[in-house]
Amino acid sequence: MSIQITLDGRPVSTQAGANLVDVAAEHGVYIPTLCYLKGKPCLGTCRICSVSVNGRIAAACTVSVSDGMIVAVDEPALADMRKALIEMLFIEGNHNCPSCEKSGRCDLQAVGYDVGMLVPRFPYRFTPHQREVGAERIWLERDRCIFCQRCVDYIHDQHSGQKIFTIKGRGSNARIEIDKTLADQMSAEQVREAAELCPVGCIIEKGVGFNRPIGERKFEIKSVRQRALEDDV
Amino acid sequence: MTNSHKKTLFSHDLPATPMDPALQASRDQKIKVAMIGLCGCWGCTLSLLDMDEALIGLLDKVTILRSSLTDIKRIRQRCAIGFIEGGVANEENIETLKEYREHCDILISVGACAIWGGVPAMRNEVELSSCLEEAYVDSITAVANAIPTIPYHEDIPRITTKVYPCHEVVKMDYFIPGCPPDGGTILKVLDDLVNGREFDLPTTMNRYD
Repeated sequence: MSIQITLDGRPVSTQAGANLVDVAAEHGVYIPTLCYLKGKPCLGTCRICSVSVNGRIAAACTVSVSDGMIVAVDEPALADMRKALIEMLFIEGNHNCPSCEKSGRCDLQAVGYDVGMLVPRFPYRFTPHQREVGAERIWLERDRCIFCQRCVDYIHDQHSGQKIFTIKGRGSNARIEIDKTLADQMSAEQVREAAELCPVGCIIEKGVGFNRPIGERKFEIKSVRQRALEDDV
Repeated sequence: MTNSHKKTLFSHDLPATPMDPALQASRDQKIKVAMIGLCGCWGCTLSLLDMDEALIGLLDKVTILRSSLTDIKRIRQRCAIGFIEGGVANEENIETLKEYREHCDILISVGACAIWGGVPAMRNEVELSSCLEEAYVDSITAVANAIPTIPYHEDIPRITTKVYPCHEVVKMDYFIPGCPPDGGTILKVLDDLVNGREFDLPTTMNRYD
């Protein structure tokens, strides 16, 4: 059913039930995302896509548009709130871009550039986390995990359908775990998919490392904003 | 510093030949710029020099008081724009940074180390004692049969328990991320400030690595 919503003060025609992030992108308004992937079930974990919907703050990826909805994205206070969320993710883990294999193709870094983060307003925490290197072709840099749950919900064993990645523990004890037996049965393509799916440098494919020269990496070729608006994720 | 009871002699206290009055007069009219390094690798100060010939064009307007060419960190003159590389990792860094802040109108953190600690801050995840033991006592490159010693002397600045970004020690006005940022990025900032424009680092120039 065709409906009309107001997007940043502009009337926009779209289909009822469509995802707000997609609708905004179709109309040239970029909403940053980290956990959301077009076409996959919504996770709503990272909150980076927070916008104002009918005057209340909501994660855009969790919103299905309905007739008469009033959405604000590009307001200074909202932009600053999203920036603060990004900054919190940066200070919570050890996001040491100069030494990270994911640098240049990391969603968190790319969104950090887009929101104009120069320095987080919060102090870095330098939380130590044990890395997991037990699987044959994947290692986990746990101190970079932002608990988006993409790997948990989108990567399954191809035979049994079981989850390969899980989150164990709660609160500050939460950590990402990998089922090493199932991980060692993953195909080469699935290993690559898991590493690329990770929006930060937590899931790393062994033996790959810094294989792309600076200047030729994913988000250096095309920014995260351009990719989202051109549907070229 | 731990040896404050001792007579410390700085280079600017040493006798020097007075500068040619005409040259001094022309320098006095220029905007004073300086860059010093704390706990970093020199990469960012080299980026300042990476402005290459663009630096020559700026020299009509600015004069450089401190840079990696001399590595003199103390400054006694009023300075308009101070760049700083590196984080704070020992007591001497704290003293230098505080003095630099007092003498600079605008202070700018340059690079990952100044902004969040950078590579030296990787030691923040472990206890300082185990970090020193790993480096000096249990080091695989330790000299065979030598008595393992963690260096300690009143002339060696005491190391801080953690590595801190500059803005956690003094107020910093602006930040240029990068490891290191390009010479062009520093030039953009310097050129804007020298010509009375606002600090503005566009998304395309912002880099964390």
